[in-house]
Amino acid sequence: MGEVIKVGMADLNICIPPDKITTLGLGSCVGIAIRDPQTGIGGLAHIMLPDSQAIRNNSNIPKFADTGIEDLVKKIVAKGGSRSRLVSKIAGGAQMFSMQTNTDMVRIGERNVEASKKKLKEMRIPILAEECGLNYGRTVIFDPATGEFVIRAVGKPEKTI
Amino acid sequence: MSNLSLEKMSNEYYDVLKELGNIGAGNATTALAQMIGSKVDMTVPQVKLLQFYELGGLMGGEEQIMAGISLSVEGDITGSIMFLLKQEAAKHLINQLMPGMGEPDSFEFTEMELSALKELGNIIAGAYLNSLASLTNLLIFPSVPDLAIDMAGAILSIPAIQFGTIGDHILLIQTQFIDDECIEGYFILLPDLDSYGKILQSLGIVSV
Repeated sequence: MGEVIKVGMADLNICIPPDKITTLGLGSCVGIAIRDPQTGIGGLAHIMLPDSQAIRNNSNIPKFADTGIEDLVKKIVAKGGSRSRLVSKIAGGAQMFSMQTNTDMVRIGERNVEASKKKLKEMRIPILAEECGLNYGRTVIFDPATGEFVIRAVGKPEKTI
Repeated sequence: MSNLSLEKMSNEYYDVLKELGNIGAGNATTALAQMIGSKVDMTVPQVKLLQFYELGGLMGGEEQIMAGISLSVEGDITGSIMFLLKQEAAKHLINQLMPGMGEPDSFEFTEMELSALKELGNIIAGAYLNSLASLTNLLIFPSVPDLAIDMAGAILSIPAIQFGTIGDHILLIQTQFIDDECIEGYFILLPDLDSYGKILQSLGIVSV
């Protein structure tokens, strides 16, 4: 049995089978799992904000969808994953509270999902499955060996995408 | 005070913010105790500057199910205030407030229970903010309360993202309260960065 690597908020890490990788309690943040199906080398990013260009203080690479995905891909390739074979699955981007008045925060979950998809498309990494939006938090566990992306939410049956 | 940075705040500022948390939470705790008619204790507030990844472990893990009541704050200062309760505590509070409701063993909350929780949050946050307003002479208006019952990590991602737009840390003024039974909850006051300056200035701590 491998270990389960934990990724925190605004963080990312790579994962090599038999290890799995998880991030707990995704709210409006988005979890992006990427892997090379042939070698099983993969990783998970937990991004908080859509765009590093929109913010002055942007040195924290895993915080943003654009820089986070780029960095995760770079790390997977550095470990021996094939750039052209990479595939992805994404989850999260919920709207936790129905009325967020702060303009920066309006639809932040949705914007995080949009930005993640845009970046993945730009990098030509197919999104095989997603479980995004709505109004509840999610814990995700990614197995890079099989590509299984398990999603747990409060009061809901476990789901594998 | 636009050059005020969270990372560079002095201990003196922390002490002031801690005292604010103390007064605000003191009032809120009193309001809570009156409402449920039993004694409620609170801890000395903590002012913490945390990295985002540390946030999840704050209240018993990212997956701890909490009821989070969030109000945004407008007026002279902006930001938000959150009142978080563990799920069992939320049920217990509802039960205290309205005997016969708040079945402790069911996960689901009825509409009535959710509504009661929101109202509870409204009164408690109102008490917290009122005392801040009168202390600082600033106009502070809370919004209508908003409620989420979910994993702590997911609820806390909202304030974290707010702070994420300005830096890599989150500053929170946290008070824990406990009654004889099982109520355990937290107040988190999250002023926007600009508002820290205004708060400190209104108390004569910093000049423009």
